[in-house]
Amino acid sequence: MAIDPKLADELKSQGVHVTSFEQLINWGRSSSLWPLQFGLACCAIEMIAATMAKYDMARFGAEVFRPSPRQADLMLVAGTVTKKMAPQVVRLYNQMAEPKYVIAMGACAISGGPFKDGYNVLKGIDRYIPVDIVIPGCPPRPEALLEGLLKLREKIANEKLLGKNRARHADPNGAASFPVPEYGPHDLNPPVNREVWNPPTIVREAGGGDA
Amino acid sequence: MNHPYIPVLAFFAVALAVPIGALTLARVWMTFFTPIKRSKDKGELYECGVKPLAERQVRFHSQYYLFGLLFLLFDVETVFLLPFAVAFLKLSVGAFLVAMIFLLLLAEGLLWAWSKGLLNWRGPAKPNLTIYGD
Repeated sequence: MAIDPKLADELKSQGVHVTSFEQLINWGRSSSLWPLQFGLACCAIEMIAATMAKYDMARFGAEVFRPSPRQADLMLVAGTVTKKMAPQVVRLYNQMAEPKYVIAMGACAISGGPFKDGYNVLKGIDRYIPVDIVIPGCPPRPEALLEGLLKLREKIANEKLLGKNRARHADPNGAASFPVPEYGPHDLNPPVNREVWNPPTIVREAGGGDA
Repeated sequence: MNHPYIPVLAFFAVALAVPIGALTLARVWMTFFTPIKRSKDKGELYECGVKPLAERQVRFHSQYYLFGLLFLLFDVETVFLLPFAVAFLKLSVGAFLVAMIFLLLLAEGLLWAWSKGLLNWRGPAKPNLTIYGD
């Protein structure tokens, strides 16, 4: 089914473009990512800068920030996610139409960042929703955001739409929505969605090391 | 074949074919490649991520319509009063009288609505409104 990439390149050099339906569709999808318009903290300022004339995210087809999750493909979690805000973010993600992608922008959205020890800060949005791209930085510069966007485009371009290893949105058994946490007396309930977030457990050997 | 309206017809055909083709493609795409994923959250009302507080369809009492009409009265009054006030010193006595009659008509309408109890908003109140003498 798939054409040998070398053969495709050779044909391309001769002026013949060979593509597959999947590639064509993925090219279209990756070239028109519409982010959801919301910002949570200082990363949002960099996000805004990335859309402005100097960095011009419109070059990559991602400038149409949508004020409604029904029209958005990409959720840019730009900033600190507080525990007060987390249910709203998860609900917005659930309300977005498939296919949908998440970019965790900045240290806070990845892990809580400098506020990780705060009682009210979620230690990473990947505890509740699947994150596709993480962009480190505090805050990341607009160039970094553009790089993340390009990485996401790469990821979308290589997604499988049929077969065994197809993308989540194309899989009938792929999760459609993720449980929205509720406010508990001390923490969010549940504090983490284990279906999404499964970090490897750190095993410390007893008596190991010199100290 | 050389009818002058042939290009218009062709234009019309293309204009029809493009959206129908696009919608058909989208439908085919949906059927074969993208399984429909419904969920409670997705069908929920969009209130900036917050859990919706109210029902989907908000009902306004029909009395609100009368309030709207009365507001319109003041609205129109303002539109006419502004140029009247600007040109006030240059106006003749006749023009002044005409403006006053206009004001009187509007005020009369308001007073009429007031006397009929339209300005009393007490839930689903029944204003004592008799039109056409019934």
